Amino acid sequence: MFKSLHIDAGKCTGCRQCEMACSFENYGTFTPAKSRIQVFDFHDEGKKVPYTCTQCAEAWCLHACPVDAIQVDRATGAKVVMEDTCVGCKVCTIACPFGTVNYVQATGKVQKCDLCGGNPACAEACPTGAITYIDADWTGLERMTEWARRLGTTAPATAEPNVNQPTAPQPA
Amino acid sequence: MSWARKILRVDLTKGTCTPEPLNMEWAKLYLGQRGLATKYFVEEVDPKVDPLSPANKMIFATGPLTGTMASTAARYSIITKGPLTGAIACSNSGGHFGAELKSAGWDMIIFEGKSPKPVYLHIVDDKAELLDASEYWGKSTWDVEPALKAKHQDPLTRVCSIGRAGENGVLFACVINDLHRAAGRSGVGTVMGAKNLKAVAVRGTIGVGNIRDPKAFMKSTAEQKKVLAAHGVTGTGLPKYGTQVLMNVINEIGALPTRNHREVQFEGAKDISAEAMETPRKSDGKPNLVANQACFACTIACGRVSKVDKDHFSVVNKPQYMHASGGLEYEAAWALGAANGVDDLDALTVANFICNEEGMDPISFGATVGAVMELYETGVLKKEQLGVEAPFGSAKALIQFAEMTAKAEGFGKDIGLGSRRLCAKYGKPELSMTVKGQEFPAYDSRGIQGMGLTYATSNRGACHLRSYTVASEVLGIPVKTDPLTTEGKPALVKAFQDATAAFDSSGLCIFTSFAWNLDNIAPQIQAACEGDWSSENLAVLGERIWNMEKDFNLAAGLTKKDDDLPPRLKNEPAKTGPAKGLVNGLDKMLPEYYALRGWDKNGVPTKETRERLGLATAK
Repeated sequence: MFKSLHIDAGKCTGCRQCEMACSFENYGTFTPAKSRIQVFDFHDEGKKVPYTCTQCAEAWCLHACPVDAIQVDRATGAKVVMEDTCVGCKVCTIACPFGTVNYVQATGKVQKCDLCGGNPACAEACPTGAITYIDADWTGLERMTEWARRLGTTAPATAEPNVNQPTAPQPA
Repeated sequence: MSWARKILRVDLTKGTCTPEPLNMEWAKLYLGQRGLATKYFVEEVDPKVDPLSPANKMIFATGPLTGTMASTAARYSIITKGPLTGAIACSNSGGHFGAELKSAGWDMIIFEGKSPKPVYLHIVDDKAELLDASEYWGKSTWDVEPALKAKHQDPLTRVCSIGRAGENGVLFACVINDLHRAAGRSGVGTVMGAKNLKAVAVRGTIGVGNIRDPKAFMKSTAEQKKVLAAHGVTGTGLPKYGTQVLMNVINEIGALPTRNHREVQFEGAKDISAEAMETPRKSDGKPNLVANQACFACTIACGRVSKVDKDHFSVVNKPQYMHASGGLEYEAAWALGAANGVDDLDALTVANFICNEEGMDPISFGATVGAVMELYETGVLKKEQLGVEAPFGSAKALIQFAEMTAKAEGFGKDIGLGSRRLCAKYGKPELSMTVKGQEFPAYDSRGIQGMGLTYATSNRGACHLRSYTVASEVLGIPVKTDPLTTEGKPALVKAFQDATAAFDSSGLCIFTSFAWNLDNIAPQIQAACEGDWSSENLAVLGERIWNMEKDFNLAAGLTKKDDDLPPRLKNEPAKTGPAKGLVNGLDKMLPEYYALRGWDKNGVPTKETRERLGLATAK
């Protein structure tokens, strides 16, 4: 079972702990400028949104790479840049529809989220649960639960206990 | 060590930018930010300097923890001599600018001299240059920040700037970063304007990488974040309600200064409170509050983001105020609201937007308007002078004054002088609610006695961020003390003052101190920095900083007479609430405080005190 990084922008406060955790994991420094996850501040709407690679199943970046430098991590499903192989041609940065693989001038290679080998530092650092690492098949479960709760609790309250029975089959 | 160990000296007169190594001997004694920058300042600047002359300097300083993963490690301070007060000024701000400056590899920037024409400083990592700002002069902070990002084709650039208030010499102009965070008090933005410095734009890609013991640092900072999350104030109250959680609390205990401190309770408090911000408006069915938000690295996230009704009178034909932006925080809500008797929440929100856009301190502005409204009601000032009828409670006058003040139009020029100079000009100096020329914040010292001593002895003039004894007297942190008595308050004030100076100097936010004390920050600093950073050493460091600031003020010409409260607070008893019948007992507290500090009866540090703290003899 793979897990996904799941982002609930409604919970983000814009603190950028995720950016620092990412750069510390990959570079050993607190450098948001080098983070593979970025928090965007839409000031006029009062919204903060963290954004990073969603690890496409059919990854454009992987297919576009002319030297097969982007490989699938069999343990996590992450699409991982092999730095030894990457030639810095940047074709993947053009192929990615989401902008989440980017060139790094200092190394001459590209970088993207690799899920930290299965223990993403950003999710661990997030203080509000805006970034979580959860079952890839059920990233919608929390939101479904919330809507199901609303559906269930809009029924009119009755004085009687809510005991339900199967309805009898209707004659044809 | 997590200092960048590098400072940038900018000579505005000559137009040069020169890097220098950080004085590490001083860093061991003064840590960073407030403490270390003040050390540089007092060593380099004549205390008698005219604050608005080229000979004054201004220092933008980060702390050793600024830009790290420690919770709230966002802070920078601006240290200068304040034009509002004639005392040391040190205004602290959050947002993202400070961390970006640190990430570019600088501990601080020292600005000296005066540029012959408007300029801004542009920094990309180790490259720094002064560039022409003529096209931005006369523009607001909300215009300049996006313009500089666009000009340098870098939306990730962080900007601090002055608005029209700083250009026009409003004596309580502030420096705004990230659109709505402010180095707010004492007129630091006025100094920037006098130097023809419009903005500082920074992009940092280096980061903070020289943590002494990274493993210990990550462990310690993670543990301390849990302490913040588990605490009722930092984990629940502040994120949910913001600092505005205080409005109803302080009103109930009878310490909400109302209508220029004539009263201590405001009948409209509930209408401008945190609870009111989240209640849907009658007019359009939407609440004022949009979201909470954090400064860089902050796991508390007390900041408010609000939006007003687009049909509110204050935003007609002003689209820039129709979107969401920062505020209201408690101090602004009080100063723009209760201090003037205004209970229109959307009007306060817009007045606060104007303060951010124009670069004005909403505390000093609002409190000065409170004095103007009292002068109007007592017949000293007339509608013809003011340009508007200005009784207490007039939201219309508040909004109009905000615009006039920033632009230095009409009577706005007088409001821009601040309450002390304005009240003196119109022959009523006793109506100015100030200490050392700086307006009070949102706690009436008749209802919270310790705050009277806090205000009177604050080195930067009346201020709640130098010893927030409200924590103890109202919230019971770290122990509950009786807000209505003076007993024990001198020791409480001293302990808070010293600890606060240490917190400030680290680069962390003082709001952590609801849940943390020196024992919680010491291991984080120790893991990051070389040196001995025990709690005991930090307390002494705080005391050293406090005495250094005091020495500067004494050399600047301030005396015991400046450690005083306006007569209203000492002679006119509170009219209602738990403190009914009480005045502030400053005279009982001050001599004991001086003695505890090791100062003589005139409030001058003794030779023994200076020697104990390693301070030089007074200049």
